[in-house]
Amino acid sequence: MLARFAPALTIAILIGPVFAGLAGVLAPAFGYLPALGRSELSLDPWRALFSTPGLTQSIAVSLFIGFGSTAISLAFVILVAAAGEGTRAFALVRRLLSPLLAVPHVAVAIGLAFVIAPSGLVFRIWGGWLGGPQIPPDILIVNDPYGLSVIAALALKEIPFLFLMVLAAKPQADVERSMMLARSMGYGRVAGWLKAVWPRIYAQIRLPVLAVLAYGLSVVDVALVLGPNTPPTLPVQILKWINDPDLSLRFQASAAAVLQIGLVAIAIAVWIALEKIAGRAGRRWIEGGRRRWFERSAPIAASVVSGLYGTAAVLAATALLLWSIARGWRYPDPTPSSYTLENWTRESPRAAELVTNSLLIGLTAAVIALVLTILSLENETRRGERRRGWQGLELLYVPLVAPQISFLLGLQILSIWLGVDESFAAVVFAHLVFVLPYVFLSISDPWRAVDPRYRHVALGLGVSENKALLTTRLPMLLPAVLSALALGLAVSIGQYLATVLIAGARWPTITTEAVTLASGGDRRIIAVYAVLQMLLPFVAFWLALAAPRLAFRNRRGMGVS
Amino acid sequence: MTAMRRFRLAGAIVAALVWAGGLNAAADVSPEPKNWSEVEAAAQGQTVYWYAWAGERLINDHIAWVGEQVQARYGVTLEHVKISATSEAVSKVVAEKAAGRDDDGAVDLIWINGPNFAAMKENDLLFGPWAEDLPNFALVDVENKPAVLNDFTIPTDGLEAPWNMAQIVFYYDSARVPEPPRTAQALLEWAQANPGRFAFPTPEDFLGATFLKQVLVELAPDQSRLQEEASDFDFDEITAPLWAYLDVLTPNLWRKGQAYPANSSELRRLLGDGEIDIGLAFNPAEASAAIAKDEIPDTVRTLVFEGGTIGNASFIAIPYNAAHKAGAMVVANFLMSPEAQLDKQRPDGFGGFTVLAMDKLSPEDRAAFEAQPRGVATLSPEELGAHLPEPHPSWMTRVGKAWKERYGLR
Repeated sequence: MLARFAPALTIAILIGPVFAGLAGVLAPAFGYLPALGRSELSLDPWRALFSTPGLTQSIAVSLFIGFGSTAISLAFVILVAAAGEGTRAFALVRRLLSPLLAVPHVAVAIGLAFVIAPSGLVFRIWGGWLGGPQIPPDILIVNDPYGLSVIAALALKEIPFLFLMVLAAKPQADVERSMMLARSMGYGRVAGWLKAVWPRIYAQIRLPVLAVLAYGLSVVDVALVLGPNTPPTLPVQILKWINDPDLSLRFQASAAAVLQIGLVAIAIAVWIALEKIAGRAGRRWIEGGRRRWFERSAPIAASVVSGLYGTAAVLAATALLLWSIARGWRYPDPTPSSYTLENWTRESPRAAELVTNSLLIGLTAAVIALVLTILSLENETRRGERRRGWQGLELLYVPLVAPQISFLLGLQILSIWLGVDESFAAVVFAHLVFVLPYVFLSISDPWRAVDPRYRHVALGLGVSENKALLTTRLPMLLPAVLSALALGLAVSIGQYLATVLIAGARWPTITTEAVTLASGGDRRIIAVYAVLQMLLPFVAFWLALAAPRLAFRNRRGMGVS
Repeated sequence: MTAMRRFRLAGAIVAALVWAGGLNAAADVSPEPKNWSEVEAAAQGQTVYWYAWAGERLINDHIAWVGEQVQARYGVTLEHVKISATSEAVSKVVAEKAAGRDDDGAVDLIWINGPNFAAMKENDLLFGPWAEDLPNFALVDVENKPAVLNDFTIPTDGLEAPWNMAQIVFYYDSARVPEPPRTAQALLEWAQANPGRFAFPTPEDFLGATFLKQVLVELAPDQSRLQEEASDFDFDEITAPLWAYLDVLTPNLWRKGQAYPANSSELRRLLGDGEIDIGLAFNPAEASAAIAKDEIPDTVRTLVFEGGTIGNASFIAIPYNAAHKAGAMVVANFLMSPEAQLDKQRPDGFGGFTVLAMDKLSPEDRAAFEAQPRGVATLSPEELGAHLPEPHPSWMTRVGKAWKERYGLR
């Protein structure tokens, strides 16, 4: 019964807010917002927008960040996947990357800033241990005008995402047999993988790649921490206009939000055109029949970039941990001169409040997403629909591809109009839009992999559909259910824009606090919140792994691998 | 699955959201501050949402302490809504007014001054007058601190209550700068000789904007002109010396002016990290507190320019649609009490200077203020001297805009 309208509701939650939000900015972009006393259509907001000094630079740097972060992440993933196929190192990389996926973008950005800034860990090590400069060099690394540090932070985060997407696509790409065939025809490992495997994997990860591109173009939180401010990127500029007491700027912000949608659409069109060109060139290359392609150097390059990646990740985590327990840490000392737990104890009341908010919002959103997902999938099962790839799979990517700043601004306008802004329900709802796709993606494959005969047997024994679900399949799927829940929680914890735009300052979370502190503040306190941001999702994933083991400790057949 | 049912479900969701949003309503009728015991009675049990800039941990700690006190004394729960710029709170009230939310507004109290106050006053977004009817207002030093009645030249008219005095001080690491510059001109020469070692926050931040005003006031041919509203007629002429100054200074700033610290705490961190040698603060006691926390070297000292530095008062105001006006007034009155002012001025705390007149206090309270030690890097009131008055708020707005066009895009 309930399951029957779950798919419709799921779709409504996925795309409803996006389209409502987009409609919410479209009208003010053309001067129509009766709530602000303007009900005549005009092009004034656009004129104001295009006369903003530095707009071209803002747009250019946003585009550069979007394409740069996507290209670098994709190139990294191709290189490592091609060079590492079937090696033991590959499994190791996989295990190391997975936890990074759970770390919120903001924590990664802050950690990176602590490492690469002129007074950061790298220069401290250089100055303190290796005889480098004794005062920090006056060079622009963080907040650089080209957004290079934003690209670096995004790449750190998007690489694990794309990598895991590639791994998820492998079973359907028939990798082992393709490779065997290619190798038997004399192709090297790298050339064989690129020619026989990659095209089929790419076809499956196109949507995630586009999501990465759109995310990089529209990112706000990372750009607030690491991005340029003379002028800022377009999405950050929009946020500044929204927070300005001069309400006429909201019209301009709405126009800019529409422009942002246009930018994302154009960027996607350009990417698809590039795909076509690359596809044609790739086909010629494949048909050329060359058997070997950088067979020796690709693995070396893959090791180098993986090492670089690992070093950056370890340094960032180290810097955050050290700063969170540092008392005095003068430049150029590579380590703090004295340690204290005071940073943690002094912040603990505030931190407890923020962690509670994060968990309340995150768990509520994740549980709702989970229930909706399970009901949708159950509906599919009961109706005997066994489409490979759910009918609405593309829809899952709508909230991930549409620029957040654009539709969240519209949602903000709508929520003020409805009088629900700053309410718990509205915040959870805004988070749900982003949590739902990940929960669905995470649980749909294991769900569909369950042997349908379990259900048939259960029904044959005379139990109801609901009981068949609750007593057979759900327990079997407990590990998948729990990791989907953990992922949903992690996604919610990382949300910045959805929290500040809908909740204002009323529902502060560890992520909003980290962003506020990161744009100016005591490193020791910033570190406390960044470490908390890293820890919460880790704990959630660890619990998701541990709980089924505990629950099934007396069921040999349900062993968790 | 009929379309009707789908529709009804959507309706139920919207209804639930509206209901959840309405939970924190329960607005009070406008209380009359002249009848103080009534205000205190109405405040009992209210939750006051104070939107206050939260960029400084020690100030946040003081606000938390105030929250404990008003809870214990008046049964008022104080929620510090932490914002990174006051304009966020103003923007909220403006949006609420536009949406027709004329009672039960989200904001009960705002830490405010300058252009934000001018804008709210001009657009009738403030409740009041109420401030001068508060019992503790009688203790405020209206005679010797004219800034408590004139916020950037705009008369407060009882629409906001003063709670803190601030004045620009420059801080420097005396171990690296034995002979610090003591005028704007000397600072420029020092920066040319030591490129990259001085910084001020982005003028989007109030401290950065105040640095521009400091230079503007110090170099302006006629300071009295700045007390009146800016106009196109002579804006270029009055600000010409400022731009000439910045044209030379900017390439000698930290990062050659291609990036600016976000606010006072980031600026201080730059000194702590050894990235700069000279910075500035709007709180004369800030450097001492930072030394005590091991944030910056203990060799840091502060100074004011020979011609004086800009100072002002910080205020608290109540929006016209605040849901908990009685509670907000009780909090404001407590903030002006000798006890709260004394805690605020603690050298190991916020360190913010008092708005009260010593000769209006009881002998015990006066003795407590006099006995309070000063931080190692904090100047005495005599050394600070009389502060320069803030220009009319229109100068801050226009100078900020003009700065952005000239130097804000690189």
